[in-house]
Amino acid sequence: MLTRRLLLSSPAVLLPLSALPLSALPLSAQAQGVQGPTAFVMQLGDALVAIINGPGNYEDKKRRLTPLIDRDVDVDGIARFCLGRFIRVATPQQQQDYMRLFHQVLMTNIFGKLGEFQGVTFRMTTTTQSEEGQVVGTLIQRPNQKANVVQWVVGDASGTTKVLDVKAEGTSLRLTQRNDYTSYLTRNGENVGALLSAMRTQLNG
Amino acid sequence: MLPFRVLTLAAVVALAACAAQSPAGDADALAENRANNDPIEPTNRFFYRINDGLDTYLLAPVARGYRYVVPGAIRRPIHNVLANITTPVVFANDVLQAKPRRAGDSMMRFVINSTAGVGGLFDVASSLGYPEHDSGFGTTLALWGVGEGPFLFLPVLGPSNPRDAAGFVGNLALDPLTYASFGGSATLGASRFGLSAVDARERALDPIDQIKKSALDPYATFRSLYRQNRQSEIDEQRKPEAATVPAWFNH
Repeated sequence: MLTRRLLLSSPAVLLPLSALPLSALPLSAQAQGVQGPTAFVMQLGDALVAIINGPGNYEDKKRRLTPLIDRDVDVDGIARFCLGRFIRVATPQQQQDYMRLFHQVLMTNIFGKLGEFQGVTFRMTTTTQSEEGQVVGTLIQRPNQKANVVQWVVGDASGTTKVLDVKAEGTSLRLTQRNDYTSYLTRNGENVGALLSAMRTQLNG
Repeated sequence: MLPFRVLTLAAVVALAACAAQSPAGDADALAENRANNDPIEPTNRFFYRINDGLDTYLLAPVARGYRYVVPGAIRRPIHNVLANITTPVVFANDVLQAKPRRAGDSMMRFVINSTAGVGGLFDVASSLGYPEHDSGFGTTLALWGVGEGPFLFLPVLGPSNPRDAAGFVGNLALDPLTYASFGGSATLGASRFGLSAVDARERALDPIDQIKKSALDPYATFRSLYRQNRQSEIDEQRKPEAATVPAWFNH
């Protein structure tokens, strides 16, 4: 307990920042007879694990993962949420640059963790309804690590079912990122240009 | 008089902090401030910088050295022993929270791991169907209806709030080892504290490195993660208890 307070403890705190779908599913959704958001998450997991644990080098896997994440994760919606009230003060050009940079930062964070998720398995838990969308629960087990509760918020994004957010041990990907960006902006004169520069530095770092 | 002056000063500092962060008329900024629940942010950031310095130059290098020198096969049993000697505190909190099933799990874990687990070196109880869970007096206070209060970044202890700070003291009071008095008990207590800190820091090396690398404002990110994680833990413990079915029963 002391150490949890001291250090935020669980490696799970990192999951929402860097690991969108970290999955390994033994059976397909169809084979298990599930439908709706649960089936969506299971199918996404199937596809992801086939790439992560499949053949090919790092670059090959990146190339195959990118369209999958673009198709099934509402990256643009998450990006808009993360900029919060500052989306209104950003110029159209800044908004465009921000969307592009956010996409790159997210992908970099996901790809940076690929090697750590070899041998990961997960099992579905419960699916519930929340204000944000359908929340699909999973229990993710990495080799020699404590299992982590990861929830996938799934909903409609421009007419398509997509992942709207990922919550690991109760911490939300998009809320954590939004708190980071809005705090940075508040401390840097609410200057969206400064945020874009910081994101570029991050990508080049 | 002195306490009154201190309180007044604290209130002025808090109000000044709020005013500095919330431009008049910007309702979204005010809502953001309220959501962050961090009225003494400048003070908290000051302590964050101190803790970050201590961590960067002392605790993290020691934790890296510990990982380098001590193999994982030895670090794991050490972690198990540290967790096992904390189990009576978890048990006491389970009881105070009126969670008999969780209290039963804690008791069984302590008995099994202290005996079959050779003094806690091996987590035999988990494999028998008594999973590990965490609890503390901060959570107990939350379940009793005590509010969290404003966010605090405490020297050495890190992210917290008045309820969890009181919980820290409560956990010490509930720990039987706090009252142990024998030759070398003070040294043992200090060693336990130090080893627990190094063990926890070693386990968190990679995620904390990653947060510091990827966050544009690590303080805000740690604050957000801490608050969300705590709320989630408390919400989880508010749910009705699930019955524990020992592994042997299923065979």
